[in-house]
Amino acid sequence: MTWVTRTALAAGLGFLYGPIAVLIVYSFNASPLVTVWGGFSTRWYGALLSDAPLLAAAWVSLKVAILASLLATILGTLAALALERQGRFRGRALFTGLVFGPIVMPEVMIGLSLLLMFIGIGLDRGLVTIVIAHTTFCTGFVTVVVGARLRGLDRSLEEAAADLGAAPARVLMTVTLPLLAPALAAGALLAFTLSLDDLVISSFVSGPGSTTLPMRLYSQVRLGVNPEINAASTLLVGLVSVAVLLASWLTARRGHG
Amino acid sequence: MSGRTPVGLFDRLVRLPPFLWLAAFFLLPFAITLKISLSEPATAIPPYLPVLDWRAGLDGWSAFLEALNFDNYLTLYADPLYRDAALGSLAYAGVASLILVALGTPLAYALARAPSRWQPLLVALVIVPFWTSFLIRIYAWIAILKPEGLLNLALRRVGLIDAPLTILNTDAAVIVGLVYAYLPFMVLPLYAVMNRLDPTLREVAADLGAAPSRVFWTVTVPLSLPGIAAGAGLCFIPMVGEFVIPDLLGGSETLMLGRVLWTEFFSNRDWPLASAVAVLILAIVIGPVVLFRDSLRAGEGEAP
Repeated sequence: MTWVTRTALAAGLGFLYGPIAVLIVYSFNASPLVTVWGGFSTRWYGALLSDAPLLAAAWVSLKVAILASLLATILGTLAALALERQGRFRGRALFTGLVFGPIVMPEVMIGLSLLLMFIGIGLDRGLVTIVIAHTTFCTGFVTVVVGARLRGLDRSLEEAAADLGAAPARVLMTVTLPLLAPALAAGALLAFTLSLDDLVISSFVSGPGSTTLPMRLYSQVRLGVNPEINAASTLLVGLVSVAVLLASWLTARRGHG
Repeated sequence: MSGRTPVGLFDRLVRLPPFLWLAAFFLLPFAITLKISLSEPATAIPPYLPVLDWRAGLDGWSAFLEALNFDNYLTLYADPLYRDAALGSLAYAGVASLILVALGTPLAYALARAPSRWQPLLVALVIVPFWTSFLIRIYAWIAILKPEGLLNLALRRVGLIDAPLTILNTDAAVIVGLVYAYLPFMVLPLYAVMNRLDPTLREVAADLGAAPSRVFWTVTVPLSLPGIAAGAGLCFIPMVGEFVIPDLLGGSETLMLGRVLWTEFFSNRDWPLASAVAVLILAIVIGPVVLFRDSLRAGEGEAP
């Protein structure tokens, strides 16, 4: 590596992590003024524990993220199997568009159009509608992760099982899915963190009593910077980092699964 | 060996659930949005007219179709607010995409040239912020950019400025936020392309006497153009509809379509107009979406 590439790496990673580091450091600030250092303190973490609306929102987010990541993993894996193992089939272009469209589609559009439909069919807004919405936009991400693993998978094992007389469903359950297990876990974790993080889509499809954590944080952030948000953010960043490390460890064990 | 499912039927059973789900919750909602964008606002529940009366049969349909109109689109066209918002969205997303190319290219190149045993870790380090809460990462910039924030503090300490600069709630802050939030989206597809480039091409150019910077500009960059285009496209599309960044970092005069849609819907409760704005966003991004559909799969495939 030359000094040019080394500088580019250091500058790039510094840019990506600097603001997050600032956020974490100031969550331990004793002073309520975010930019004035008043000594080390964990008082804002204590304040979090007695913030009932925030805890309630975190609980809603957790329930939604678990259900949505479960559903998205099932649907996303089936979509990946169709795209990677079925060659050409009728409607493949439409199918591809439906699976990957939600990844790039601006969130305001997904949120607004889902809400208009929920109202059209008379479905009350709440936990169920948030889970449906999150499953919809997370599915494509699972397909990306599982599809990448499927492409790298040795097909001869599946073919051998089929040659020995195993029905397609049996090949899927006893050969393909066990080989895919690390990718399934990584995809589920990605869907989990995306769901936990979503603000825009949730704001459209949630109802009274189903405020998610990002929605609660957002309403606080609009009032200005406050160290309690820094503390909550630090915990979230920590949680997500653990999930990412776990996911990349799972996918790094290629071929050993 | 009994009850063996034919392969064709099995394949269809595999793709049916995701297809039905996404048709019901991604495709159908867009059709409904399109319909409502052709309706008139009303003080009713739901707050728009006409509402299709399924029971009236054919007469219901014809009455329904006659009541649809393009008034909302005429409003979008005639009112400078929406024109400015559309142009603003394109300008912010365009400028941010250009800066992302300028910053992302050296970073992706550095990643691809790093020792191979370090590459998985370095790539993971670029991906982690992408997984970390979007809202939190934008929020972090408020404390840095505000008048009494860390950036002004640092600039004053080193004596570059006397009075604090106003950065928060300006165009500059929005651009900084967009570039920061979407940098991983730019770097990953670009890295995927650069990593697959044949190193012998660079070596040949160097052996023939080209300086490293010349090799970079005449060999690496031209061969990486597909990755650069894919990364820029992947960033541009969601940035056009961005809401959180202009809302938190921009000022009251920061006009972007995502924010206008949000205001029309939540504050003005004009659902048909909000739907028309959504259709306008779709019209702007549909070209790039189709163009970059394949590179999207290739680039995103590098994520863990």
